[in-house]
Amino acid sequence: MELQKFQYDNKTVKLFAYATIVWGLVGMLAGLIAAIQLYLPAANLALPYTTFGRVRPVHTNAVIFAFVGNGIFMGVYYSLQRLLKARMFSDLLSKIHFWGWQLIIVLAAVTLVLGKTTGKEYAELEWPIDILITIVWVVFGWNLFGTIIRRRERHLYVAIWFYIATFVTVAMLHIVNSVEIPVSFWKSYSWYAGVQDALIQWWYGHNAVAFFLTTPYLGMMYYFLPKMAQRPIYSYRLSIIHFWALIFLYIWAGPHHLLYTSVPDWAQSLGVVFSIMLLAPSWGGMINGLLTLRGAWDKVRDNVGLKFLVVAVTAYGMATFEGPMLSLKSVSAIAHYTDWIVAHVHVGALGWNGFMTFGILYWLIPKLFQTNLYSQKMANAHFWIGTLGILLYAVPMYWAGFMQSSMWKDFTPEGQLKWQFMDTVTKMIPFYIARSIGGTLYLIGAVLMTYNLIKTIKTGTFLEIEEDEAPALKGEYVAHSKDHWHRWIERKPIQLMVLSLVVVAIGGIIEFVPTFLVKSNIPTIASVKPYTPLELQGRDIYVREGCYTCHSQMIRPFRSETARYGEYSKAGEFVYDHPFQWGSKRTGPDLARQGGKYPDSWHYNHMLDPTSMSPGSIMPQYPWLLEDQLDGNSTMAKIKAMKRLGVPYPDGYEKVALSDMEKQAKEITANLKKDGIETLPDREIIALIAYLQRLGKDIKSEKITDKK
Amino acid sequence: MKFRNYLEAITGIGIYPLVSLMLFVVFFGLVTLYVIKGNKKHFETLSNLPINEKK
Repeated sequence: MELQKFQYDNKTVKLFAYATIVWGLVGMLAGLIAAIQLYLPAANLALPYTTFGRVRPVHTNAVIFAFVGNGIFMGVYYSLQRLLKARMFSDLLSKIHFWGWQLIIVLAAVTLVLGKTTGKEYAELEWPIDILITIVWVVFGWNLFGTIIRRRERHLYVAIWFYIATFVTVAMLHIVNSVEIPVSFWKSYSWYAGVQDALIQWWYGHNAVAFFLTTPYLGMMYYFLPKMAQRPIYSYRLSIIHFWALIFLYIWAGPHHLLYTSVPDWAQSLGVVFSIMLLAPSWGGMINGLLTLRGAWDKVRDNVGLKFLVVAVTAYGMATFEGPMLSLKSVSAIAHYTDWIVAHVHVGALGWNGFMTFGILYWLIPKLFQTNLYSQKMANAHFWIGTLGILLYAVPMYWAGFMQSSMWKDFTPEGQLKWQFMDTVTKMIPFYIARSIGGTLYLIGAVLMTYNLIKTIKTGTFLEIEEDEAPALKGEYVAHSKDHWHRWIERKPIQLMVLSLVVVAIGGIIEFVPTFLVKSNIPTIASVKPYTPLELQGRDIYVREGCYTCHSQMIRPFRSETARYGEYSKAGEFVYDHPFQWGSKRTGPDLARQGGKYPDSWHYNHMLDPTSMSPGSIMPQYPWLLEDQLDGNSTMAKIKAMKRLGVPYPDGYEKVALSDMEKQAKEITANLKKDGIETLPDREIIALIAYLQRLGKDIKSEKITDKK
Repeated sequence: MKFRNYLEAITGIGIYPLVSLMLFVVFFGLVTLYVIKGNKKHFETLSNLPINEKK
């Protein structure tokens, strides 16, 4: 058979590797800055751009989409070419993909610090960037499938299945969750509201973990682990079951982020059942990875990259055991809104994604530069510093989360809540400090790696032209007489993609359709009215400042919560919330029934200096809200957009909205004056006060009318 | 309160999780059957794909 000569594209792999390292450092640093602010709020340098609510989305987006994102592309571009015995389909597409992705990252970083956000976790980027992501993702897919079609290896190795599932599912998640109505170039409202928005968002959020942080990295595990250990995967059979069961089950599990919220009970139960089942394929994958090293553990001693991979797979096992446990309603009741979840996420991010990336880099960079790693010793030091960093990060957060939850739920024998919310905050400080030390160690490890790899690169020469040869695939495949249906899929990338899409779409459709259909059938709460223009503007400020990163707006039906915050939240209360702002973390107290709890002046003073109103508070100061002028000109466009989304403002209301807004602002200004605060009615703080004073009040008025 | 049942009572909603569970079980069964019955040699070839590269 005639052998065809071809060259691998190592340049794109190299570029993605560099980007992975650079953005990794940036993302971790942003995380550290955010972590320090939790006990030292002044570390925001009194700037809006560096305040927690904006830095936290920068951190999460940078780590997920910049660090891990580039890591995925590095791994895919390297392994795909070699598994298929073909160069990447198009150099131009590779170039567009690489630079397009970096452009997205830079735009994301700039817009997020400027407060341009949709307010939906891990999907904060505004609509123009959403469109750009879609385009670049399609370019990636085009390049991926082009390469697959031009391959010289008939069968698609299991790693490639994971890549294909990643491509198709991320596309689906991103498009469905990003449906939004633009108000201006950098502002949009989510198409969905309240319960539906929450369900879509956590379907997306959970599966961003599944199909961005997990499946591509599993594909990389299936390639790089056997490669580094020089032995085949423990069980290929298990990998097939792992793949199908994992993608089938994962997509259903989203509602476990919404247990005990206003999401319908059946959807919660569905999420729980599938989350528990998910343990099986996850552990199947972990066991498959670890058992690949059976009888070869001596290699782990000598190969530092392999060492990182072993801890990564172990961390994957721990996180995927913990995940299903956290999905049990009784466990979620304790863990949700606390730092336990933060610990859980970081075992995954630091352990699984971080260590997998480091391990691959330590193996790949010397290979690309035809040399040995500059210092094995330094890499080993990185391994231990990193591991210690993870422990120092996770252990205090587990402890703190459990403690915090217990304090929230503690009652005195007389039946009163035992602790003020502030007591639980001050108790957290030492744990926050310990966590930031753990994070610092982890970052130091990454800096060591960067230095080590730069030194390695300097001693080697880049292997730009790497040649290989393989026979071309013959056009016709003659099937065996007893050929199996699954083999047919294994050879056909498009069929594999379509079947993957069907498998992942079933879950989403079954979860959403009933929730969406019933909207028109079931009456909303009569007393729940759309936001006034001023409240709407205030809500946008709330979203802009990322208040949802620390405050929830969802009171669960527990005695400990209704005693602290008031009546538990109802689905009907959120029908005009585009986007929903339930939050996922209570660093500060829940705000769902904040309206009317304190006078306007309290909020004014609290925003200027939170400790003046609640001593011990770790909330940042927001002096700029007191000075900055509200952009009243956007009101008309905002009301119009809301009307398009079905919010029932009267006909032509957008024309009188501005005067309504000014009227309400004057009332609040007058209120403040009574308490000795002189301010202008057109300041942003006035709108924010209007919004905060509205929160959760609609139902209270309902009760009054009921009594009458 | 009159809004208590909002999104909670949907007639016949029980069929949804049941259908989904059935779908999964059938699909899982098919894949398992294939994996058990599949040709051992074929799986071996596949699992050696990453290792049989030139380097």
